[in-house]
Amino acid sequence: MQIGEHDWHLDPFGRHIWRGRMEAGQLLALARAVKEEGGQLVALWGSDDRHLDGGFAIHAAFLTGAGLAWASSALPAEAPAYPDLAHIFPQADRMQRATFDLLGITASEAVDERKWLRHGAWPANVFPLRRDFDPSLPPIHDTDAYPFIRVEGDGVHEIPVGPIHAGTIEPGHFRFSIIGERILRLEQRLGYTHKGTEKRFEGMDLATGAKLAGRVSGDSHSAYAWAYCMAVESATASAVPERAVWLRALFLEIERIANHLGDLGYLGNDVALGFGFMQFWRLKEDWLRLSAKLFGHRYLFDCIVPGGVAKDIDDGGRAELAAEADRIEAEVRSLKAIYDDHATLQDRFANTGIVKPDLAARLGLTGLAGRASAQAWDARAQFPQAPYDQLDVSMATQRRGDVLARAEVRFAEVTESLRLIRALLTRLPAGELHAPLAPVAAVCEGVGWVEGWRGEVVVAVRIGADGRLDRVHPHDPSWQNWPLLEIGVLGNIVPDFPLINKSFNLSYSGQDL
Amino acid sequence: MSVSLQLAQSLLAILLAPLLMGWVNQCRAWLQGRTAPPITQPYRTLRKLFLKDAVIAHHASPLFRFAPYMIFACMALAAGIVPTIANDLPFSPAADVIALVGIFALARVFLALAAMDIGTAFGSLGARREMLVSFLAEPALLMVFFTASLISQSTELPVIVQTLALQEFAIYPSLAFAAVAFWMISVAENARIPVDNPSTHLELTMIHEAMILEYSARHLALIEWAVALKLFTYSALGIALFLPWGIAAQGDIAALPLALVAMVAKLLIGGAVLAFIETISAKVRLFRAPEFLGTAFLLAVLGMLIHFLLEV
Repeated sequence: MQIGEHDWHLDPFGRHIWRGRMEAGQLLALARAVKEEGGQLVALWGSDDRHLDGGFAIHAAFLTGAGLAWASSALPAEAPAYPDLAHIFPQADRMQRATFDLLGITASEAVDERKWLRHGAWPANVFPLRRDFDPSLPPIHDTDAYPFIRVEGDGVHEIPVGPIHAGTIEPGHFRFSIIGERILRLEQRLGYTHKGTEKRFEGMDLATGAKLAGRVSGDSHSAYAWAYCMAVESATASAVPERAVWLRALFLEIERIANHLGDLGYLGNDVALGFGFMQFWRLKEDWLRLSAKLFGHRYLFDCIVPGGVAKDIDDGGRAELAAEADRIEAEVRSLKAIYDDHATLQDRFANTGIVKPDLAARLGLTGLAGRASAQAWDARAQFPQAPYDQLDVSMATQRRGDVLARAEVRFAEVTESLRLIRALLTRLPAGELHAPLAPVAAVCEGVGWVEGWRGEVVVAVRIGADGRLDRVHPHDPSWQNWPLLEIGVLGNIVPDFPLINKSFNLSYSGQDL
Repeated sequence: MSVSLQLAQSLLAILLAPLLMGWVNQCRAWLQGRTAPPITQPYRTLRKLFLKDAVIAHHASPLFRFAPYMIFACMALAAGIVPTIANDLPFSPAADVIALVGIFALARVFLALAAMDIGTAFGSLGARREMLVSFLAEPALLMVFFTASLISQSTELPVIVQTLALQEFAIYPSLAFAAVAFWMISVAENARIPVDNPSTHLELTMIHEAMILEYSARHLALIEWAVALKLFTYSALGIALFLPWGIAAQGDIAALPLALVAMVAKLLIGGAVLAFIETISAKVRLFRAPEFLGTAFLLAVLGMLIHFLLEV
């Protein structure tokens, strides 16, 4: 595969997906070439391969003009290190720090060497994702002592918020440095929901792995479950029945609509427009109940399984879902008119939490928030897997990069997803729901890449020769977008933060793992 | 006789104030398409809070414990001064409208001090915002009172009510301006939408709620009750100044039942209107609150000018 003037020896590894191994030094050159070409770093993770080839490895997934490129470099067992990528792709910073916390793999010459996922639960010289980690070690209860960067000067004031909040939301700590009401700096401290998800995958059978993958971030269940299954199916070279693939897309679009409806309601709630909140949540509730009725679970849990899907839809269900889609579309249209005409709401949304397109490109803003800042990437539109290659997805983009733009992208995507659902229901091919996976004879790898509602979800999988999971890395788009939230709030006032935060609506669980 | 009437009116105000809050919450729920909580929900909340054990920060000074009682006492006193059913009761001469503004200010000072007492970031954040809102609301409120008092040539509430309600009917355009200004100030002072959001859980956006985050149990109950009393007092004040018809004159026992019915009807309508306006409004950006209150001040001044131009 050619990027820039160099052939990087990346081989086709699935549709729009490329795979290659290279020296750690070359990884840096590849990153530069991708950056020059206008691509992005999607994910960066490490693995302990000492049981396979005696060392560690660092992996990076890049978004390029030709699709997703997964490059890996083997690292020595003693003092594993690779060149810092964060000076090329700033979004690598936290992923590099997390890789060190979990595996002890160092990014040499990185500017920020602070811990990221490690709080006070395990000592600095213990790396829980290593194979020789002893889980029977009693947890330590050290104080976190995280070195926040302080802003000093006359009248500068710090507000620590969280990790426990007044609402029922996930835990995260936000350290504001303010002057008056103006935000001078925001620093996030996440990792409070670190559950050892990646460790848990080790040795798990492939079917149970799908359940765990779907629970990495519950609001993106279908995206994760599909990405995981795609990875496992590509690793084992198993074919999936066509009907199953179409049903997976149906589940993914149902999930997208449910989340967008909920977020649009929350955006109204955050400017105290209780009416909007109640109306959108009424629609979401109807939508979830219909999912529960048709597929047995409000959030479609465990409907996607390796080799196919576990739930089908009959003709009655198709008619019901199509009718509900029509009703939701009409209601969303009239609610959008109310939002559009509401002067105070528009005043709160417009010009709040701006992420300019050039900054978004430099820092790698992705997914829905990226599209609101003119980062026109949508895997469904540009690098479609089946069945999206037959659906001609139209991508919603905005240039303003403010809360309003992120709301507008959601509105546009709800409409597009409803269209896709109708198309999926009408053209749903007949056939089997499920095919058995091909047996595993040797160590094999695969990657899944799905455009979830928040952004691209990437799951990389390695299966051991025993047919069980060896290493799974689920990547959430929140990794790239959390740092942009820190930037997006600068110069805004403190009471606008919750609104800006909600307009991104990032996952804690998905990035804390 | 009038002393017992005064006591009855004060007690009625204290006991029934949560009912007005419950009514507003009910209307809001209906307008948003939700199932409404029972109208007695505020009483249940108060009961729950009174039965709980208080949690108080180690650093809290006696002021922190004392403030809720002070705030409640101020609001109870204010509720007693404003004529609701009968006019010219014994408490009324104790304070004219200017002193009434002072009583509200006293409660606010204690609330803000208590908020800063423990030294949490949210407390001082809320106190700071409360001061920003109130230092703009207070002069506007005084201007409203001055406009109303120009007609009756007195700042005593009973005299103002007497002039408007019990004498020959006259139309005062200045009062229309003052009434709109008064509504805007009441919204800001009672921490309602579009200036504040009483039902939010987002700490960073709060004004009033941020100040009382550290309170629990009986202290919180007293503050919540005081909040209900404040809403009631402001409603009664608005009614006394701008819609006083139906109130019983001094010593007119026979008119009391009708006065009670009139008061309840006015409160029901007023609460429903408040809920309606809250439902269709969103909260303005914090730094638009000064514009909002500046408009209120301007309207009150206009009312006064109109009085001099048209009504003298």
